Amino acid sequence: MGDRPADIRVRDFLEVDCGLTADEAVAEANRCLGCKKPACVDGCPVNIDIPAFIGLIAERKFTEAALSIKTQNMLPAICGRVCPQETQCEVLCILGKKEKPVRIGQLERFAADEERRTGIKAPVKKAATGKKVAVVGSGPAGITAAGELAKEGHSVVMYESLHLPGGVLTYGIPSFRLPKDIVKAELDQVLSLGVEVKLNHFVGRSVPLDELLSYDAVLLGTGAGLPYFMGISGEHLNGVYSANEFLTRVNLMHADRFPEYDTPIAKSSRVVVVGGGNVAMDAARTARRMGAKVTLVYRRRAEDLPARLAEVHHAEEEGIEFITCANPTRILGEQVVTGIECIRMKMCELDASGRPSAVPINGDTFTIDCDVVIQAIGQGPNPVLVREIQGLERGRAGNVVADGDGRTAHPKIFAAGDVTTGAATVILAMGGAKKAAQSINSLLATR
Amino acid sequence: MYTIEKTHEIADKIFEIWVNAPHVARNARAGQFVIIRTDETGERIPLTISRASGDLVRIVFMAVGKTTHALAAIKAGDAIADIVGPLGHPSEIKAWGTCVIVGGGAGIANTPCIAEALKAAGNTVIGIIGARNAGMLILEDEMREACDELHVTTDDGSKGRHGFAADVLKEIVAERKVDAVWIIGPTIMMKITSMATKKKGIKTFVSLNPIMVDGTGMCGSCRCQVAGKTVFACVDGPEFDAHEVNFDQLMQRQRYYMDQEKEALARWNQHVCSCGEGR
Ligand SMILES: Cc1cc2nc3c(=O)[nH]c(=O)nc-3n(C[C@H](O)[C@H](O)[C@H](O)COP(=O)(O)OP(=O)(O)OC[C@H]3O[C@@H](n4cnc5c(N)ncnc54)[C@H](O)[C@@H]3O)c2cc1C
Ligand SMILES: Cc1cc2nc3c(=O)[nH]c(=O)nc-3n(C[C@H](O)[C@H](O)[C@H](O)COP(=O)(O)OP(=O)(O)OC[C@H]3O[C@@H](n4cnc5c(N)ncnc54)[C@H](O)[C@@H]3O)c2cc1C
Ligand code: FES
Repeated sequence: MGDRPADIRVRDFLEVDCGLTADEAVAEANRCLGCKKPACVDGCPVNIDIPAFIGLIAERKFTEAALSIKTQNMLPAICGRVCPQETQCEVLCILGKKEKPVRIGQLERFAADEERRTGIKAPVKKAATGKKVAVVGSGPAGITAAGELAKEGHSVVMYESLHLPGGVLTYGIPSFRLPKDIVKAELDQVLSLGVEVKLNHFVGRSVPLDELLSYDAVLLGTGAGLPYFMGISGEHLNGVYSANEFLTRVNLMHADRFPEYDTPIAKSSRVVVVGGGNVAMDAARTARRMGAKVTLVYRRRAEDLPARLAEVHHAEEEGIEFITCANPTRILGEQVVTGIECIRMKMCELDASGRPSAVPINGDTFTIDCDVVIQAIGQGPNPVLVREIQGLERGRAGNVVADGDGRTAHPKIFAAGDVTTGAATVILAMGGAKKAAQSINSLLATR
Repeated sequence: MYTIEKTHEIADKIFEIWVNAPHVARNARAGQFVIIRTDETGERIPLTISRASGDLVRIVFMAVGKTTHALAAIKAGDAIADIVGPLGHPSEIKAWGTCVIVGGGAGIANTPCIAEALKAAGNTVIGIIGARNAGMLILEDEMREACDELHVTTDDGSKGRHGFAADVLKEIVAERKVDAVWIIGPTIMMKITSMATKKKGIKTFVSLNPIMVDGTGMCGSCRCQVAGKTVFACVDGPEFDAHEVNFDQLMQRQRYYMDQEKEALARWNQHVCSCGEGR
């Protein structure tokens, strides 16, 4: 069915990509060669048996296809929409060598949507073990671990400081990419395994550490929610937002529907977004939907933009202006933002990340008039809880140090997701959480 | 949902409500706060934990805008959608020696618990509470009980001394050795009052009240400048060294949504008129 036209979709927050019809899905599934040694599976951080579920779609067994995915991934409608398949499974598809790879992400999404449409069956779980596990955070990492552990029969309590579960899925990723009823349906299905959710609980404050450590095991999935600011002058002016704040006001608090909802947000006509990742694209496209003219400023070249290519295209179609090879030097204004001064950048030798480093060109500055500046230059692990736990090892960026199986330096505490890796992806958080859940299982089995 | 057990207008436009929230009440310490959301369409707003007792949390607030008016209209037995906390660091309670606790307006909500904790830690505690007029003065009894000595001021002289809390504070620090001071109230009052202790270099805490969203360090809405550095008041504070705070910037940031706040309040008043609800 493809994407909705840009001029229509910028007026609402409904999903951009309409997905596949049943016939389209079956036709796409029939392209799959069903390789004996499927390369795509190696690219999947949770090892979904991709040829198997695609085969079921080809046979029009849509619910079976969804159930097949769910043996490895409990959030297929979400992952089908937000995973970077083009760098994971699809990039390894043999067909991609000659023509286009099979659209694995679209098929995953299709199967999950079909199952949801026809009624999701509750997953099965093992008999109660009598062991209690605390999961801190309800993002992809927390949800996945909670689901895996509940299936094993452990009693799981999941704490979340916000008033809704889901982490970035709920407060960060906009509904035009990931509709919130879909997030809710997939989370509810995991929670229906009997996970007890305690919202409004900020662990470390609402739950003291000794209470937390009274559980048989603890999984930390507190994410990387700490927004970075550039540290340039003018950052305290009214109208300067972190992408997290801007997106939270809209996604979680529905400020786009003020005054029906009480939370306010800037009434802006001209927005500058700083950054070039998925978060920057989401902030820019959200601001665009609220009626503003939006310019995105990125310090490297267009080909270096770290965002998914599809999101860059979507943003361009929606009329977002891109200024590359430029970096803000200060934000202008008395009390409220009136503009942003930037300096042009030139590209030099490759830096440690393999990209050319961007160096300012002395004196080559320009100003963009605007009334809102959104900084989307990255987030770090939320330090509040982890810095208070004795016996946890922390990395330089404030992340919790964990081995490949989610074990930390503390015998009872396991960690997964962005809190261990820094800002990464949904599926990596889920993959890490599955491993951590297995480690917790082994620990509890020995007790 | 969290049940409101008791509610009471304790002074002109100032209300206290007791919310059933064991996770907050059992862990709360002086100086911390909560964030509440009244209902599904509500805003998240921060309020100080004025007192905790058993499973109940007391919040004391002035009806200023839409959310605080809506909160004031809630009846005992009804519920609010969300309350998260305790948030922020507790006040720095230790044996300082002689402490002065200054409360202004609704900021007095915060002071009895801090005074009690300081008293229990062996300090001599002097209280100063000030309000616009006698009708707006709150928690005088609790402060009298908690402090070794209590001074009351009103801007119009209708109760206690005619003048500002700052006047009393100036006199006290001129006459006696004071080791630590807390000043809690409207931002402008904290700015002006904290000047009284600056020259003498007396350790002075203020509790900052920037606009917040999550209260957990995730959005940066609450960022303030303290000692030239950016801090997040919700997780690094809310109490900071008064002499290092950039108050003007804080006041500027507090004003950002003034237009929308007026609109929301007007809508609320209209709603109250048309359904005959509220006070
Ligand atoms: C705007 C945006 C767009 C993105 N787009 C994509 C995308 O398209 N594809 C993709 O794969 N990835 C994307 N990502 C990244 C992805 O969302 C994250 O990598 C993923 O959500 C990490 O999951 P997590 O469970 O580790 O943490 P989070 O999702 O951050 O969840 C952590 C949760 O823990 C809670 N918490 C924190 N501390 C405490 C505490 N002390 N007590 C209780 N609860 C606590 C937080 O409130 C939060 O709900 C995006 C991120 C952002 C911000
Ligand atoms: C840590 C902290 C503790 C506080 N404790 C108390 C208290 O114990 N008693 C009390 O009466 N008030 C307290 N406040 C202030 C209280 O949060 C505001 O009065 C309340 O948010 C006003 O909401 P409103 O919708 O009624 O008014 P609005 O009309 O929305 O706003 C009125 C004023 O409140 C401020 N405000 C609005 N929204 C927010 C928000 N989300 N976060 C913070 N400030 C906001 C604005 O700067 C504005 O000047 C505290 C604030 C902070 C940050
Ligand atoms: S309120 Fe969001 S970081 Fe403090």
